[in-house]
Amino acid sequence: MTNAAEYPARVREAFPEAKLSVQSFRDRTVLVVEPADLHDILQHLKDHQGFEFLVDVTAVDYDGYPTPQPGRFGVLWILRNFDAEADLVVKTHVDPSMPTDGIEEDPALVLKSSCDLWNAAEWREREVFDMFGIRFTDHPDMRRILTWKDFPGHPLRKDYPLRGRGEREQYKVVTRDEVL
Amino acid sequence: MGLEATMPVDNILTTQVQAVINWARRSAVWPMPFATACCGIELMATAMSRYDLSRFGAEVFRFSPRQADLMIVAGRISTKMLPVMHRIYNQMCEPKWVISMGACASTGGVFDTYAVVQGVDQFLPVDVYVPGCPPRPEMLIEGVMAIQRIIDEDNLPTDGNGKRIPLNLALEPNYEPAAQPVDVSVGLS
Ligand code: SF4
Repeated sequence: MTNAAEYPARVREAFPEAKLSVQSFRDRTVLVVEPADLHDILQHLKDHQGFEFLVDVTAVDYDGYPTPQPGRFGVLWILRNFDAEADLVVKTHVDPSMPTDGIEEDPALVLKSSCDLWNAAEWREREVFDMFGIRFTDHPDMRRILTWKDFPGHPLRKDYPLRGRGEREQYKVVTRDEVL
Repeated sequence: MGLEATMPVDNILTTQVQAVINWARRSAVWPMPFATACCGIELMATAMSRYDLSRFGAEVFRFSPRQADLMIVAGRISTKMLPVMHRIYNQMCEPKWVISMGACASTGGVFDTYAVVQGVDQFLPVDVYVPGCPPRPEMLIEGVMAIQRIIDEDNLPTDGNGKRIPLNLALEPNYEPAAQPVDVSVGLS
């Protein structure tokens, strides 16, 4: 895929008020936007810039990251324009407003769902919710997707211990003489 | 627990019938392949013609636990999969045996994370552990043969607490490890 370097300027043209910044790394262009502008910019990219294919929605936890970042969690949408053969990453940052070691609903970790633009976003956003605890409004089915319903954590957060909090030990032991 | 529970003890005929039953069981151990990861590929190779598990009467892989005697846990068991494994184990008819195949099933292997059970023997009665990552088919065949020896030793003698008295079967390697008969052509000065 070729560089998508011209697209941030086009987004800037369409959204003169929006706060944007651009990063580039190894030919990959990352457009960093504010959470409030996110959905409109995604809509614009899909409808007017030809990014009709959603490659992935994922997130990054920047807890303890060596260089300072605009927020604790980065949520990113990887978009592809087949006609121009371009990949563009749209990224936004959110900051938690409460301790992140639980599973309580944090009103600061909420974004608007992109399921109305790409149906493929449904499971990806569920995964971001499951692993990072970032919720999406207007999502048709906001449940956990990989871990089970009562899982007591969001395992890809950096403050979740690698070996878990005992989830893998809390099971019934079946013995040889058990009769069902 | 199976047929022998209905038979009278202290009867000379019983031991003979037991020997026949053991012979029948050991000659047709039908495995239930609980293959969740890469070890499952080696399990398939074991059943294929090159290694040919049917030489030991264990080639009939049954995907219904009702028809299987031996559960081969091949691969890492995630915490979400463990209740499924319990259910399948409970659905198997007595008598039944369990082989824990590979480092992951026995100990969790390198996957020391929240998502992987650190050894299925914490939650299931495992009869034979087959080491390796993955074990070679010969190794798994040794494991099935160890199950056959357990059956020959009258099945499941327990100590009253539901734990089986260890039979202390140790497998001897049937080959001599030796250096490759190839001259070293690099790295010499
Ligand atoms: S023991 Fe090795 S081969 Fe077997 S499941 Fe684990 S990683 Fe895969």
